[in-house]
Amino acid sequence: MTTSQTQLDPQTAIYDEVVPSRHPWSRVLKRGQIMRIEDLGGNQAVDFLVYNADAPDERYSAQDTTVAQGNLYLTTGSKLISNDGRVMMTILNDTCGRHDTSGGACSCESNSVRFGLDKRFQHACVENFLTALAPYGLGKRDMVSNINFFMNVPVSDNGTLEIVDGISAPGSIVDLRAEMNTLVAISNCPQINNPCNAYNPTPIRILIWEG
Amino acid sequence: MVQSSVLPNSDSSNPGTIDPALILRDETLPGSAYWHGIIKRGNTLRITDLEGSQGVSLICYNADNPIERLNVADTAKIQFNAFLKKGMVIYSDMGRVLFSITEDTSGYHDLFGGCSNAASNAAKYGEGEFWVNARDSFRRAVTRYGLTKRDIMPNINLFTRVAIELEGKMTFVEGIEKPGSFIDLRAEMNVLVVLSNCPHALHPSTPYAPKPIQVPVWNSPAPTADDLCRNANPEAVRGFVNTDALFAQD
Repeated sequence: MTTSQTQLDPQTAIYDEVVPSRHPWSRVLKRGQIMRIEDLGGNQAVDFLVYNADAPDERYSAQDTTVAQGNLYLTTGSKLISNDGRVMMTILNDTCGRHDTSGGACSCESNSVRFGLDKRFQHACVENFLTALAPYGLGKRDMVSNINFFMNVPVSDNGTLEIVDGISAPGSIVDLRAEMNTLVAISNCPQINNPCNAYNPTPIRILIWEG
Repeated sequence: MVQSSVLPNSDSSNPGTIDPALILRDETLPGSAYWHGIIKRGNTLRITDLEGSQGVSLICYNADNPIERLNVADTAKIQFNAFLKKGMVIYSDMGRVLFSITEDTSGYHDLFGGCSNAASNAAKYGEGEFWVNARDSFRRAVTRYGLTKRDIMPNINLFTRVAIELEGKMTFVEGIEKPGSFIDLRAEMNVLVVLSNCPHALHPSTPYAPKPIQVPVWNSPAPTADDLCRNANPEAVRGFVNTDALFAQD
């Protein structure tokens, strides 16, 4: 597991906002800009998707990303690869050390299967993504497997996969540099049925710097 | 109820004989070819690895409403396992079951390795040559159904094993292919399926030499009350409640 510290000063950021627990967020980042996601409370899963802002049918590809780096988890130095095989973003700094690429987002429908048919009516990450992407003309066709920052989903050598207690502490950060003009969508995950959020969603802070 | 972690091991001795009267269509695909078709609810698509495949990539949709589609992340996390085998199911992004894996003599199917594309093939097999890749085949196939690049999701890889080490390192495991092995996918709704018979993106061998596969579709028996896939775990039971509701009003 690799972690690294950052030299970026929050005082020089051009954007600094807190995203409340359970909420969506989206914004276009220009090539070269750097965004930080800070896990304010610790153990908060941050579901993350990224699109080419100029041609959004190019988007994050979990499988192209993991195959290109030969590793299932993301950390400092990982490059987020698109479905066209291009680098969309680079993880510059990471004080958590491991982020999930395989668990995907919770949805009303998957919650009904995983946790009980009555859980269909809970708020879920896909709801947030649809809300965040709608202003850009994107919708359900554009949903693909996402990154879960600060989420720990170990996969064993026999394929078993668990969603376990996170390894992120309050104040953990990840810094990402946009390598193209990117549309970033975040669901600050509302999941309360498993340990990915320690059963308690908490706010995150997002900062952006010019490159 | 049995947890998916204690499902029976694949039976590699199963001869897989199908009564010819039950076969609805049957084709053999050469290496690098792609295939698409609609498997009606209750029928089974068998994919047979005739000569020791280098990987077969699969995507699928609800044929009646293709906005509903394969979700490999849900398929792995709902069943707590990312290596598909007999007794497991393939989930859509709407909390329903597309396919049940009713038989499997291979034992190795991968959700992590993605599919080849023009760049990955050029890197592996050399620049300046034309190598058919799975991503482009998917795009061409889905065009027949009015779908585009936006509709292509992460895929499944049949007959391949990608090992995951403790710190996440992915390694393609060579030598697990078995000529004659097969997987049976029973459609639990009307399923639009696309197969690309190109080598797995992580398959290390060159030259490019994908092997033929056979794809009979057969009128398989209706599931019984003790059906393995329908009863594998509480999640499967709920997944089928959701799926059967789609057809309950017919």
